[in-house]
Amino acid sequence: MSDPMRIRAQVAGEKATVRVLMSHEMETGLRKDGAGKVIPAWFIQDVAAQLNGKTVMTAQWGPSVAKNPFLQFSVKGAKAGDKITISWTDNKGDKRTDEATVS
Amino acid sequence: MTTRRQMISRSAQLAAMLATLGLLPEAARAQAVAYNTAAFEAKTMAELMKALGASAPVESKDVTITGPDIAENGAVVPIGASTALPGVKRLLLLVEKNPSMLSALFDVTDAVDANFATRVKMGQSSNVFAVALMADGKVLFAVKEIKVTLGGCGG
Repeated sequence: MSDPMRIRAQVAGEKATVRVLMSHEMETGLRKDGAGKVIPAWFIQDVAAQLNGKTVMTAQWGPSVAKNPFLQFSVKGAKAGDKITISWTDNKGDKRTDEATVS
Repeated sequence: MTTRRQMISRSAQLAAMLATLGLLPEAARAQAVAYNTAAFEAKTMAELMKALGASAPVESKDVTITGPDIAENGAVVPIGASTALPGVKRLLLLVEKNPSMLSALFDVTDAVDANFATRVKMGQSSNVFAVALMADGKVLFAVKEIKVTLGGCGG
């Protein structure tokens, strides 16, 4: 199981800026280890964001997204106290979902 | 007495039932849009647009790509894509000289701004593209060259 995501959602005018820092190796499948063996690919494939349980954004990522991925986007109409839920699925089927409150 | 075989078959049935009942909502939602493997393996813009079923892209001033001019560390290059145009369906971030062009694909809904920022790996100095797939079928892009002093994909 991976470490929790760090999510911060702040209201700015009529929208909320959401910043997410995920904890993931994001191996490309192209690197080799010390013995010259290829390190298998391991990366986040699907990301979804929900505002109060309603999906507002989905994304698909390739292995070229950096290690411990950062994501920033803004949600329209989010108010203080709303719940932002971020979930991801990686290519090994691991999942993680974390929630934050808009402030 | 319950045999091992029956047990296995029952647990499989239960899992299937839970899935259909929507008791595994995260899994169901995450899989709603199937992962586009072909797009993520595309090596050229033409291949990529074919995999996405989109037309040839046109350069546009209304799409913006943000990023540094020079990235010291190719393993972590902050880039962003945004557009103020209405009717955006998808925003893509591409790195031209990476082994696979497509880095990230964002599905835009009415509830979010067409403005995303993330960090990508770059193997070498290259052009990066922000591509907007519009609801009316138009494909618009913006391009920026980012010089990398230390590559992030080798090893």
